[in-house]
Amino acid sequence: MAYPEPLKERFRRGLEEIRAAGLYKQERILHGPQDVRVEVEFPAGELPRPVINLCANNYLGLSSHPRVLAAARAGLEARGYGMSSVRFICGTQDLHRRLEERLTGFLGTEDTLLFPSCMDANAGVFEALFGEQDVLIADRLVHASIVDGMRLAKAQTDTYKHSDMGHLEEKLAEHLDKRARVVVTDGVFSMDGDLAKLDEIVALAEKYDALVFVDDSHATGFIGARGRGTHEAKGVLGRVDLLTTTLGKALGGASGGCVSGRSELVETCRQRARPYLFSNSVPPVIVAAALEVLDLIEESTARRDRLEENTRLWRRLLVEAGFDVKPGESPIVPIMLYNARLAQDFARDLFEEGVFVVGFFFPVVPKGQARIRTQVSAGHERAHLERALEAFVAVGRRHGVLGLGKREIVERFGA
Amino acid sequence: MDDLERAILDYVRREYLEEDDDRQVGLETPLITGGIVDSFSMVSLKRFLERKNDIEIPDAEATPAAFDSVRSIAALVRRVAARRVPV
Ligand SMILES: Cc1ncc(COP(=O)(O)O)c(C=O)c1O
Repeated sequence: MAYPEPLKERFRRGLEEIRAAGLYKQERILHGPQDVRVEVEFPAGELPRPVINLCANNYLGLSSHPRVLAAARAGLEARGYGMSSVRFICGTQDLHRRLEERLTGFLGTEDTLLFPSCMDANAGVFEALFGEQDVLIADRLVHASIVDGMRLAKAQTDTYKHSDMGHLEEKLAEHLDKRARVVVTDGVFSMDGDLAKLDEIVALAEKYDALVFVDDSHATGFIGARGRGTHEAKGVLGRVDLLTTTLGKALGGASGGCVSGRSELVETCRQRARPYLFSNSVPPVIVAAALEVLDLIEESTARRDRLEENTRLWRRLLVEAGFDVKPGESPIVPIMLYNARLAQDFARDLFEEGVFVVGFFFPVVPKGQARIRTQVSAGHERAHLERALEAFVAVGRRHGVLGLGKREIVERFGA
Repeated sequence: MDDLERAILDYVRREYLEEDDDRQVGLETPLITGGIVDSFSMVSLKRFLERKNDIEIPDAEATPAAFDSVRSIAALVRRVAARRVPV
């Protein structure tokens, strides 16, 4: 038999171990479009209940914006549904090229190449550009898709402590004998919400003759005065060599990603990056809608400004209520609970109270660093955030964590 | 704990723990499976061991299992050093 019993048993046991460890992931089922309020069925089979959504990457509230929907419909009519081809055979339309040019302008780079997703962009970019004589030096908290991309590359690898510029400098000095050094970082770190010190990173890279790679998935569209990203916020527009980002978060939230940066690097990806060469083209509906998203963002900064105000309000409310909030300036606002069980129970109780958040724990974040990650949207009204806070305070009281810092929480609940 | 183990332990603490990190690292603490040492920077650790002990650890022996605790790393270093041909 092709699927022998012992093999089946092995997978069954594996799944049981995941369950026993309390790490089994269950999908929460939304009955309706993505929004700041959603109807969620959880666990599967329960009646859907209305909740305030604080866990989407819908930072600008554009996932279901009427103009984005209209542009998607028009794109569908004008350019059809699917491409049935990878880009370099017959999967490139005028729209794809136009979106690449618009992204180049928006990101302040030299050229841009679309990928099916940012996961694919990260999976392809390092392998396409760097070899055994080069070294990739990554922040220890970079996103999983970067870790996978680095694994796929033949380049040597090293890491530096999270945002520790002294440690990064040591590493750059240690690798001066390599053909190329590449500093690899997220722009905004997805689990912590802090911004990379790109100004200092770029300065160090210039001192040690290194390239800078930034994944700005959690920044493009809203970080920086005009929403161009972390490089804008840190005053280094045009000085980042390689940038990847996604259309799957603030920029409409459908799917798609890109590599943007120095023209020779992007052109080399067009020739060599395997997810670009061997996976289907981004569908015209999404490309047309993404062009409209860029119009919306470039017409006015009102949405990113609103997001900034909402973020400040949400952070202030949580801190005043006595939560241990990781400091930062992005709309990713982590509430630290340290203990994995506590984080899970906390998220479950919040759901009962009508607030939709997710608890994160090892291996997604380091051991003893469990948390609830909340994500603010420009679509949130003040009333949503105030209502969400009431739920947080009620659940926080129930678990007795209000006013406690790390040491007290760990003493009471364990790490 | 001998000098070799102490030197490795010091290096691991300095290189892999953050300032506010209160994880305890001892001789038997699982480093890689415990999420303290990531596989990318294992290279740094290997380079440190080679420089400090004037040895060359063959890639085939620099396995995540051999690097999973200070004790097993020290054993690996001793094994490799013992094979060194005197010049
Ligand atoms: C930092 C970062 N990079 C890349 C990705 C992947 O993006 P995509 O959904 O486009 O594959 C994510 C999404 O989770 C992310 O947070």
